[in-house]
Amino acid sequence: MVITLPERVESMTPMKKTPKVVVENLNFYYGKLHALKNISIEIEQKEVTALIGPSGCGKSTFLRCLNRMNDIIPGIRVEGRILIDGCDIYSRKADVIQLRRKVGMVFQKPNPFPTSIYKNIAYGLKIGGQHSKSEIEGIVEEALKGAALWNEVKDILHKNATALSIGQQQRLCIARCLAIKPEIVLMDEPTSALDPISTCKVEELILDLKSNYTIVIVTHNMQQAARISDRTGFFLLGELIEYGETKKIFTNPCDKRTEDYITGRFG
Amino acid sequence: MISARISQKIAFAVLLVFTIIVLVPVIAILGVLVKNGISSISWEFLSEMPRQGMRAGGIFPAIVGTLLLVVGTVLVALPVGVCAAIYLSEYAPKNRLSRIVRLSIVNLAGVPSIVHGLFGLGLFVLFFGFGTSLLAGWLTLAVLILPVIITAAEESLRAVPVELREASYALGATKWQTVRKVVLPSALPGIITGAILGIGRAAGETAPILFTVAAFYLPHLPGSIFDQVMALPYHLYVIATQVPNVPKELQYGTALVLMTLVFGVNLVAIVIRYFYLRTFRW
Amino acid sequence: MEKHFDKEMSLLKERILYMAALVEKQINFACRILLERNDSLVDEVKHLEEQVNRLQLEIDDTTVGLIALHQPVAHDLRFLVAAVKVVAELERVGDHAFNIARFALSVISQQQIEPMIDIKAMAAVAQKMLRESLDAFVNNDPVLAKTVLLEDDKADAYRDKIYSEIITYMKENPSSVPVGVPLLMISRNLERISDNATNIAEEVIFIVKGKDVRHHALDEK
Repeated sequence: MVITLPERVESMTPMKKTPKVVVENLNFYYGKLHALKNISIEIEQKEVTALIGPSGCGKSTFLRCLNRMNDIIPGIRVEGRILIDGCDIYSRKADVIQLRRKVGMVFQKPNPFPTSIYKNIAYGLKIGGQHSKSEIEGIVEEALKGAALWNEVKDILHKNATALSIGQQQRLCIARCLAIKPEIVLMDEPTSALDPISTCKVEELILDLKSNYTIVIVTHNMQQAARISDRTGFFLLGELIEYGETKKIFTNPCDKRTEDYITGRFG
Repeated sequence: MISARISQKIAFAVLLVFTIIVLVPVIAILGVLVKNGISSISWEFLSEMPRQGMRAGGIFPAIVGTLLLVVGTVLVALPVGVCAAIYLSEYAPKNRLSRIVRLSIVNLAGVPSIVHGLFGLGLFVLFFGFGTSLLAGWLTLAVLILPVIITAAEESLRAVPVELREASYALGATKWQTVRKVVLPSALPGIITGAILGIGRAAGETAPILFTVAAFYLPHLPGSIFDQVMALPYHLYVIATQVPNVPKELQYGTALVLMTLVFGVNLVAIVIRYFYLRTFRW
Repeated sequence: MEKHFDKEMSLLKERILYMAALVEKQINFACRILLERNDSLVDEVKHLEEQVNRLQLEIDDTTVGLIALHQPVAHDLRFLVAAVKVVAELERVGDHAFNIARFALSVISQQQIEPMIDIKAMAAVAQKMLRESLDAFVNNDPVLAKTVLLEDDKADAYRDKIYSEIITYMKENPSSVPVGVPLLMISRNLERISDNATNIAEEVIFIVKGKDVRHHALDEK
């Protein structure tokens, strides 16, 4: 057998990347409820970071802090700092609109607007002040291709989005998010409403998107976190118990509670 | 003991009977109106002026008057009502004041229509000096149907799923962009339903127009918004009770036309709503 | 999900093949020390041995990672379980090769004796078996794997023949014991290599057919 393969470049210790998101001592309150306790975490550039934990552990709340989606809820209070590219998104100077265009979000339930596929994607561009029809058309196509949906919908762009299958709707929502060219994509249990095949497609898509976007995904599905993420954070009762490389977490977690949770011996 | 099957059948029968009891008066009214009034319906009846002190001729000015009233009222009430509803559902802080405002609106719907009529007389006819006119009638009827429109619109604005709003916010939309481009279009069918209900009321009410717009006998069409008009409900009241010796067919015919008109207006609105639901909203 | 997982699986396979290539090179060098009486290759063998050991750790780590993160089933699971074992076999082959090199050094420091011819043939058989078992592994070829299982008898027969020859020779020439014993050890290590090749072939059959043919491999035939 004549196989000469080069010795693999030892790429496990790359140059120190600057993290995309740095969270320092984040505390979050819904009224009197202390929902997030002293969270500090660094989210790396162009990686998939998964947040896992039982229901009500604060992982979705944390995710929604990253694009200030929680602002909508009355009676909340945030302490600590969240730096994205070094800028504190909760400082007085921060512009929420700009933040949300930089940090896109995909939700648990596919939520396309009840209008055409095309207009769903064009919406984000139009509210951003983009009105050139040819430009919008180009971006719509690009976004749909980016979400691996173009081939399925290119002939029905002006049909109602709600006529698509749930899995296609979710990919449309991802496309809608990509169209405004975010740098970070937050995903809040993006596959929990989908069947296994659609789930596979979305997971593949997430792995493809990784090369261009920083992705933070909240998931109930530990296997999903294992399959697609580079780093995993385990939340429990509002605390970040453990955070590290996914392989490490799933083969040799440091904390007993993490081990109990991922092996299903929880509680 | 009765078996479960039999008791189910009895329950079903009882429910059916009560449903029929509800239907009977509606059918009876329609039946009587059609039976007695159909003979007087003719092109002349619909298109001619009344003659001989309303004892003969047509009801054309009353039909036109009613349509003018309905259209004008909706044009006044809908924008005001929808704006108020948007404020209440999207912007109003959840405090005591906004609860009081909401309660007042609900109560406004319960105010007897004659009180609306007197209010219109006091404010629009006399205080603002519009006189007995189309304008005063529009405003009075608008006040009457505002609660209906506001309540319906607010309900349907609130019913727009929070997921859609979040989708919009997450794309970097402002609150106003979200309300205008996502929430309002999604709520439109409900708002139109409110308008339909309002139209039905505006077309059928007599008391609010009594002192503000309706003419007893005016055999020509209005020339401006400061003119009086005849209106079907009031005309019907007049020929049924105020003018002696009006032929029965004429009275029934007028009632039939009024009912048909209200039905027709509602039907048009329902059709608009239906097509709106089927096609894209924005 | 298949795309990315498949990519990682084929990367793993490439690493295993790379390790196999190193091990084959190692045996080849070890045998050449003996047959060409060339002691300059010892360092090379030793260096390869270190590389092979490192690769075993790396591949095992990757395999455990893939199992932990992807919960593979069916063929994928069988492949990964077998991969751990194949890699362990390869590592042992590496050890045997290193042993052969060591014993060869002491053989060539003394004068040549006759049974060397059979050792050469036996080394060829062991290397052929290993190559075939690896080819079977690369190509998912259970038929080729089966021929490896059958060849094992040949290797055993060579070992028995060499044993008796060397023992006879040593009885006749007691002075040849210092060269005869390392030769015995070499033939034993060659035989072990053919056993390792057999084990790899068995794993191939397990991967492809999901049938465990160990221990009663040929009884059923």
